[in-house]
Amino acid sequence: MKSSSLKNLTYKPSLARNVGNKILTITAASFAAISVLPLLLVISYVIVKGGSYINIETLILEPEPPGDDLLSAGGIGPAITGTFIMTVIASIISIPVGVGGGIYLAEYSKSGRFAKFVRFGTNVLAGVPSIIAGVFIYAIIVSTKILFGSMFSGIAGGISLSILMLPTIIKTTDEALKLVPDNLRRAAFGIGSSKFTMIYNITLPAAFNSISTGILLALARAAGETAPLIFTALFSRYYITSFDDLFYEMGSLSVLIYNFALEPYEAQNQLAWAASFILVVLLLSLNILSRWIGTLGAFSKNKV
Amino acid sequence: MIYKLSQNNKKSITNSSISISLENVSIKYGSSVAVKNIFCDIKKNQVTSFIGPSGCGKSTVIRAINRMNDLIEGCKLSGSVIFEGTDIYAKNIDPVEVRRRIGMVFQQPNPFPKSIYENIAFGARVNGFRGDMDQLVEESLTKAAVWDECKDKLNESGYSLSGGQQQRLCIARTIAIEPDVILMDEPCSALDPLSTLKIEETIHELKKNFTIIIVTHNMQQANRVSDFTAFFNTEKEGKDLESKVGFLVEFSKTKNMFNSPKQKSTQDYISGKFG
Repeated sequence: MKSSSLKNLTYKPSLARNVGNKILTITAASFAAISVLPLLLVISYVIVKGGSYINIETLILEPEPPGDDLLSAGGIGPAITGTFIMTVIASIISIPVGVGGGIYLAEYSKSGRFAKFVRFGTNVLAGVPSIIAGVFIYAIIVSTKILFGSMFSGIAGGISLSILMLPTIIKTTDEALKLVPDNLRRAAFGIGSSKFTMIYNITLPAAFNSISTGILLALARAAGETAPLIFTALFSRYYITSFDDLFYEMGSLSVLIYNFALEPYEAQNQLAWAASFILVVLLLSLNILSRWIGTLGAFSKNKV
Repeated sequence: MIYKLSQNNKKSITNSSISISLENVSIKYGSSVAVKNIFCDIKKNQVTSFIGPSGCGKSTVIRAINRMNDLIEGCKLSGSVIFEGTDIYAKNIDPVEVRRRIGMVFQQPNPFPKSIYENIAFGARVNGFRGDMDQLVEESLTKAAVWDECKDKLNESGYSLSGGQQQRLCIARTIAIEPDVILMDEPCSALDPLSTLKIEETIHELKKNFTIIIVTHNMQQANRVSDFTAFFNTEKEGKDLESKVGFLVEFSKTKNMFNSPKQKSTQDYISGKFG
């Protein structure tokens, strides 16, 4: 009796449910592995292939026109600074607007009609293809020469990138502020602080990490965009030397890749690989940085 | 009947100074009435406790006293809340100013995610304090009976304290803005008996300088800390008798309330027959 009951409790791998369980586990695990495979392949391929072309000259020289010199294509220096400048311009526009909009949604108009409309609009904007943002800026800024008569310019490029950053920043600010416990808001009101003081001193600092994470992710997305820049910033082989150069065509890593990867010359193709390497490393580090900031909890015991 | 009752209460306490008086206060959430026809005079430098079963509107009433209900959408008050001669629901009143005179301590300890020192200094600074901040922090923490426990770690986060200490930090934070009245909404419900005892001692100390109103579920606590007690109850109302409406049953000196309650429902509640 005793032994038979013991026997009944043992695990039997041949049972239909146990076999089914195992098969499903293996299937799910392999699909999970397949889903990260593209990421690993793309990154490792770009890093292996592009990494070998990275040296000081590639990083700082200006690119040569295709076909000029079959042995050397110069470097990607202006493209790196161009990408940097345009993302900075995009940030200058989209961070204040996005964070401000998010604050309004979360703190001032919790569920008003206007807030619902803005939230809906933000979601739609987040799904708009980047090329549409490019065409839009082309139509209202580039072709109208509204920026002091300049057409394709770094500023136009930055503005088109800011359109892509905006929805992410609004959304993350909104969500991050909603996650701040109402307890803290009541506490701030309970000691007689005004709404502005409450937001500025209590809820914004408490949500700071999540908001910065969102901003970095938005930046990472914008920095890698190609389509909007083709319509707005175009490309330039030269470093900017003065403030005025912001109003002229500006190179960027993504457009450099787009232009040079299709050239029939080996030297230009290598430059495109080098640019891909820099771009991937940049995006990876932005993502890792944002994850790291996200782990610095606002409510941990040791943090002041 | 309720009106008459409160008239009686008024007579019994007219010869002392009144800090806050609720006059025919009714509060609605959307279309449902939470409490109705509250008349109540709260005396200066005394501890008044609000007791009653869950859902009877004690917390709603205490939040009405410093306009905390403004933060709840759809919450409407009729009647008037007179604080030292001013109707705080008048149109030209700034709720921020009201809350500076009538501070509040909440059910859950809710220190700011800042250092212990900053938790105190923030409120004071918001209120335009210009004096010696170190001294104010020490004084407030001492009055709230938590100075000894945190004097060596003023720069650590408020979250590094235990729950009871956090709650006393929150009391200290409220003291630091030097209000006239301190409202406490079940300040001990999240705390263990030892911390509760310490907070009750704190309340005894504080009533020298402040008027205190405390909501509590614990009748022994009301008996121990308060000079006056208001007993709230609910009654069913409406066609289907589904909605409960809170009202003030009895308001008198705590001693009288617990020794010889005038109403049967008070007697029943105090002796634990319901609620």
